[in-house]
Amino acid sequence: MLKKIKEFIIERLIFLSGIASIVFVLLIFIFLLKEGISIFKTVGLFDFLSGRFWYPISDPPKLGILPLIMGSLLVTLGAVVIAVPLGIASAFYIAEVASPRVRDALKSCVEVLSAIPSVVLGFIGMVTLVPFVKALFKIPTGLTAFSGSIMLAFMALPTIISISEDAINAVPRQYKEGAIALGATHWQTLYRVIIHGAMPGVIAASMLGIGRVIGETMAVMMITGNAAVIPTTFLQPVRTLTATIAAEMGETVRGSEHYYALFAIGIVLFVISFLINVTADLFLHKDKR
Amino acid sequence: MKLKNVTQAAGFLFLRICVTAAILALVVILADIVTKGIGVISWEFLTTMPKNGMTQGGILPAIVGTFLVTVITALLAIPLGMGCAIYLNEYASDTKLTRLIRMSIRNLSGVPSIVYGLFGVILFVQLMNLGTCVLSAGMTLGLMTLPWTITASEEALKNVPRSYREGALALGATKWQTIRTNVLPYAIPGMLTGTILGLSRAAGETAPILFTGAAFYLPFLPKSLFSQFMALPYHLYVMSTQHHAISKVRPIAYGTALVLITMVFAMNLVAVIARYRLRKIKME
Repeated sequence: MLKKIKEFIIERLIFLSGIASIVFVLLIFIFLLKEGISIFKTVGLFDFLSGRFWYPISDPPKLGILPLIMGSLLVTLGAVVIAVPLGIASAFYIAEVASPRVRDALKSCVEVLSAIPSVVLGFIGMVTLVPFVKALFKIPTGLTAFSGSIMLAFMALPTIISISEDAINAVPRQYKEGAIALGATHWQTLYRVIIHGAMPGVIAASMLGIGRVIGETMAVMMITGNAAVIPTTFLQPVRTLTATIAAEMGETVRGSEHYYALFAIGIVLFVISFLINVTADLFLHKDKR
Repeated sequence: MKLKNVTQAAGFLFLRICVTAAILALVVILADIVTKGIGVISWEFLTTMPKNGMTQGGILPAIVGTFLVTVITALLAIPLGMGCAIYLNEYASDTKLTRLIRMSIRNLSGVPSIVYGLFGVILFVQLMNLGTCVLSAGMTLGLMTLPWTITASEEALKNVPRSYREGALALGATKWQTIRTNVLPYAIPGMLTGTILGLSRAAGETAPILFTGAAFYLPFLPKSLFSQFMALPYHLYVMSTQHHAISKVRPIAYGTALVLITMVFAMNLVAVIARYRLRKIKME
């Protein structure tokens, strides 16, 4: 009898930890909403999203996050342009071209890369890449969207490479064998056949890479210069959504408009990451069907 | 030579260049940290408190802080992650609920780390009234690590052959007895391997601990789980951007970076060796 009760309790606990993830997602959303929603009453959702000025500590404060959204988008765009082609090409090399020994070595390198903490990459970017960018373009500061994009591309690479590689490996062997039997070269098979089979997975990989880039905080805060103005070129300082929260949360007073606005930025980030994940999911599922 | 062979050679060359570029950047980064950080590392650097406004002395409190926080992270993420994986792989069938759980897990893994930080501030620091401390920061990181531990644990459970379960069930064991005696012993090493990888990432995270407990400068060790602490990643951030004499403390920043990546890589290495061993055992 006692045994039965014990087992019942254990199974309840297992069930509870099973649904814990749902609870946490809901809690995160509800808590952010609870703290951030009041800013939409005072500033208004539309003005908050499209306001051109972010002066949180002036009097009265101006709380428009358009410059921050543009900053995030610009840095992400740059990172995507670098990381997506580089990542997909690397994935093809690892999955299809490299010999088994080289493949194992490269895969370990990808794991090493994904293990480097973002603050370390931010630091290295600051001491090496930033002065280099400054000297290369002869601009007053190297803390630019461009520098941020390069470093973020680097951080998105492991995600893009490993998920794309899985997608490439999941392409049925017959496709490849059929193409080769028809006289196609290995390259033609890659370029004309395998890439189509792997496409949904590759797109999902790129989306998850983008998600990683938009949510990145430390490296971006350390190397993009943090100027909250609407950017016009890649070679000027920008401030992202994530960096704004990280840089200002410590200095705001709990309960002030500024405080609520930072939580509202959290809501925006949460919604963006949610949309990216759902879309990536759709592509991955398409892959399975 | 036919045109298509030339194209193939060019195509493969392009792929090779892409991979080389990525690897080269990795090598440059690691070489920079190691060459400039190694000179700073000494027994004194690892075992003493920072002195004179952090311009001298060691990083002991940051090492201890990161260690303590990672322990809390593990205590939250491992049981919860294992429980969830056991539920998904052993109990639940493919229902709407499990699909919802899986979607939530994927979303949790996509939530930006700074948003976890905000969540930690509301739930642990304010609502549970723990204040900024080791416990709040550790639990915030624990939540962030959860999706990784679940995925790793489920992978390990999937690798246990069905026949192990069927044998126990056929002898009249209950579901939980089967799991405890015939599934978990074979799955736990694999679960831990994946979990260590998740923990190593958590140990290097900065954004979630910024407002939940990490301190700028504390020249003593945390007294309890309810005190603030210094952490290696945050210390590196402070030393490279917030300190009043940044160029003067640059060597300390390099030393901190080296200690941090050594720690993270050591945890990864342990996991990789364990995985290699497991694979060998399975083959035999």
